[in-house]
Amino acid sequence: MSETFKFDLITPERSILSTETTEVIIPAFEGQMTVLKDHIPIITFLKPGIITFLESSNSKNYLIDDGTVEFKNNYLLILTENAIDLEKFDKSSAPNIINKLESEILQNQISDKEKFLISSKIETLKEISR
Amino acid sequence: MPSLDDLKKRIKSVKSTQKITKAMKMVAAAKLKKAQEIAENSRPYSSKLKNIIFNLTESIQDKTNAPKLLVGSGKDEIILCVIMTADRGLCGGFNSNICKLAKNDIKKFISKGKKVKIIVVGSKGFDQLKRDYNDIILEKISYKEKKVISFKEADEIGKKILNLFNNSEFDKCILYYNNFKNVITQIPTAQQIIPTENINNEKSNEKLEHNYVEFEPDEDEILNNLLPKNISTQIYKAFLENLASEQGSRMTAMDNATRNAGDLVDKLTINYNRSRQASITKELIEIISGAESL
Repeated sequence: MSETFKFDLITPERSILSTETTEVIIPAFEGQMTVLKDHIPIITFLKPGIITFLESSNSKNYLIDDGTVEFKNNYLLILTENAIDLEKFDKSSAPNIINKLESEILQNQISDKEKFLISSKIETLKEISR
Repeated sequence: MPSLDDLKKRIKSVKSTQKITKAMKMVAAAKLKKAQEIAENSRPYSSKLKNIIFNLTESIQDKTNAPKLLVGSGKDEIILCVIMTADRGLCGGFNSNICKLAKNDIKKFISKGKKVKIIVVGSKGFDQLKRDYNDIILEKISYKEKKVISFKEADEIGKKILNLFNNSEFDKCILYYNNFKNVITQIPTAQQIIPTENINNEKSNEKLEHNYVEFEPDEDEILNNLLPKNISTQIYKAFLENLASEQGSRMTAMDNATRNAGDLVDKLTINYNRSRQASITKELIEIISGAESL
């Protein structure tokens, strides 16, 4: 496996994972993108969604909030406020979170950008709980 | 010379104080372990975020149009000091150290003719600062009821600061907190968060090989998004460092107190025994001399 690169996923609370991988699929702000080895250096944003990466040919999923992506010198760094392993995510709690987010989105004082982020979070959660 | 009874009472009271300090030390030690872990876990996030911002600023050519958060408002008149202290006392010099550093700096700023505004986080710092600077304290924030301080609270403070900045209430923002080095050393630190501190010096040797970086969306938008986040992150980091420092400081303080109480008990016990012996001797002398005189 020479095609691997380093991949870190970090939240303010702790460093979630630090591993070698061949492929990472990121829900970037302007659409989904896949990072492979020798990708050009890039800095972009995340929107809430699911991040998928390959670890020894198993794909793993993490549910993430908005954050930042940086890829440089074959090192992928993802900073996000929240990341949960999808296997450990309690699906029964999803409807509650969705309800809460939906009431949040109705508030007037939030900006369009926040609205966009929240709605993409709702979509992701709906998809998971399906 | 205090009477036997007095000495007994004093020994008892010192002993019970010792019990309290010992218990506090144990509690602090347990909390410290947790707080230290959290603080150390949070370090990568804040340092990496700082790095990204640094790389971004490097690649920006047009510095004049850069966001104000990065380059400042162009003035250097009003300084906002965010002083982070604990909500509880009995932790040695923890709170006073931050306040001392902050007070020194504030004095310097004022003597240079600058205006200073203060936001205090934590009630202990407020208690120490209100005597001198009550009229320039904008706000006092305290999370005494909260058991765990999460990113949300830091974000709240960050947003407050941003609001003030956007209303041009200040030009420069400095964060005061205790940096946790290890259990016995906590370093009171002043960190400038607005405008973003120049981290040039640390990294000047490390030339970036990849000058070309793709941005999605463009640099300005990324910076506009990242800088506020960076402020909240730095505040969160300060919170966690402070929390660990507080417990560490309390642990050492309580350890010293327990030891002092032990010494005191020993001394008092010797005194007690001596005066007891003295009174016995005195009684014997009285009896003997009484018998002799017969």
